[in-house]
Amino acid sequence: MGAWIIAGVTFREASRRKILWAALLAGGAFLTLFAIGMRLQAKDLAGSRMPPFIRYQLQSSFLQVGFYAANILAVLLAILTSVDTLSGEIASGTIHAIATKPVPRWQILVGKWVGFAGMVAVYVALMFAGVGMVGRLAAGIVTPRLFLAGALVYLECLLVLTMTVMCGTWFSTLTNGVVVIGLHGIAFIGGWIEQIAALTNSPRLVTVGIVSSLLMPSEALWHRASFEMQSSLARSLQFTPFANASTPSVAMIGYAMAYLLIAFAMAIRHFRERDL
Amino acid sequence: MAVRNLSLNVRRGEIFGFLGPNGAGKSTSIKMLLGLVKPTDGQALVLGAPSGSVDIRRKIGFLPEDFRFYTWLTAGELLKLHGRLCGLSASRLAERVPILLELVGLAPHREKRLREFSKGMLQRIGLAQALIHEPELIFLDEPTSGLDPMGRRLVRDVIRAQRQRGATVFLNSHLLSEVEITCDRVAFIKQGEIVGSHDLRTQSDGEIRVVAFVQNLPAETVVGLSRWCTSIKRQEDLLTFSANSKEVLPEVHRYLAASGADIFSFTPERLPLEELFLKIMGEDGGL
Repeated sequence: MGAWIIAGVTFREASRRKILWAALLAGGAFLTLFAIGMRLQAKDLAGSRMPPFIRYQLQSSFLQVGFYAANILAVLLAILTSVDTLSGEIASGTIHAIATKPVPRWQILVGKWVGFAGMVAVYVALMFAGVGMVGRLAAGIVTPRLFLAGALVYLECLLVLTMTVMCGTWFSTLTNGVVVIGLHGIAFIGGWIEQIAALTNSPRLVTVGIVSSLLMPSEALWHRASFEMQSSLARSLQFTPFANASTPSVAMIGYAMAYLLIAFAMAIRHFRERDL
Repeated sequence: MAVRNLSLNVRRGEIFGFLGPNGAGKSTSIKMLLGLVKPTDGQALVLGAPSGSVDIRRKIGFLPEDFRFYTWLTAGELLKLHGRLCGLSASRLAERVPILLELVGLAPHREKRLREFSKGMLQRIGLAQALIHEPELIFLDEPTSGLDPMGRRLVRDVIRAQRQRGATVFLNSHLLSEVEITCDRVAFIKQGEIVGSHDLRTQSDGEIRVVAFVQNLPAETVVGLSRWCTSIKRQEDLLTFSANSKEVLPEVHRYLAASGADIFSFTPERLPLEELFLKIMGEDGGL
């Protein structure tokens, strides 16, 4: 099947052009720095007279910072690696040699998507396992529901990837990057507005945040993942930036999935119809 | 609108040249035949089926103008990839890849990545990928651009070899001299419309130009040539003129000899394609 061939080439491209290796190297540097910080914090807190549950909460919050950074790196990887894939090949004419082969156009698009999705899966798995391991070894914190949270962040990356691929069938590389990062920016600020508004009890601002999440539900998936990774104690205290005062519902996850599928279908439809 | 009222008929097994100035619609026409661009109206049949269908693409090879591909692939990997996309088995690929690399003169560069290739080498590997599955119909868009004389000759030989195995070649080129010695038939496109076609293999077809070396030719005899000929030019002993048909040439020869002129040579030549092109396109070059 043509889609598998294209997927294999796309994945191999990430490896051959050292994209994946560079991302993993940067991720490794981040994990090392994070492990040093986590360990030093654990030592400092161990010598303090702070009540154990406050100490736990601080370390738990620090761990969430690590997961959040891994989440941002994964989202950026999904956007930056795929932003040029269709628009760039259309602009350069590279696509002509492929699109004239006996492979339906939808398979070209699906193949590219699968290739990038595979690469991002490797990255998210390694980064989340890495941060989780650092929390366990450096501070003795076992992250609850880590696999589920990783899956939600992976879904977020797939959503962003799908939007990037879809916009790549319409726009030039630069415009595509601006549009997708802009959309994720809306989701980012909307998600935080919703959290802060819930803490300050501002229902109208919560609504603004929810509307932003409906426009682009990527950040909502992170907030749900963050909620899943926190213990019942941390959830109840709610005084850190990751307290999830307003937790995205399961319906929002369903919405994000539907959003992804619709974007995917639109990408296929437009790529099939457009002139190359 | 890039093209309109485009009507083309290419015979199986021929090398067909598609000529026109820049922006005339040549590449757009090829893209429509390949299904890369959808016509706003009308239809194109390629090998008897609607253009662009997956089944038809199994029988088609295409070298795009200014071929470029993933520069991180080696030449061998590129051919394998395109072969796999065409549905070739691993054993068939193992057989075809070395043959094609040899054919386009890149066998020593099999393991070299495309980023190290010159423009000419990219054209050659592009030609090889178009032939990987032995297609029935091959579209070549400016196949000799960026090639040195040896490369051009190689492409010419490859094209002829394809005709010998029964394939049809649709050639789009600016290099009229190349087209003239390679193609069986040509069509001219101007501002998106077909404005003429010409059979290059039929000597009697179209205008004939004669170059004669003649001494002692009376001036009034030269004037009298206008009964049969046009574009008459005399430069000392060199006389050139054009005739609409080669049938009149024996009479012209007798006329010159009867005037008492000494005829040392009398050579009919087909009108060079370049002249035919300029004549059809007009002084504005079809722009």
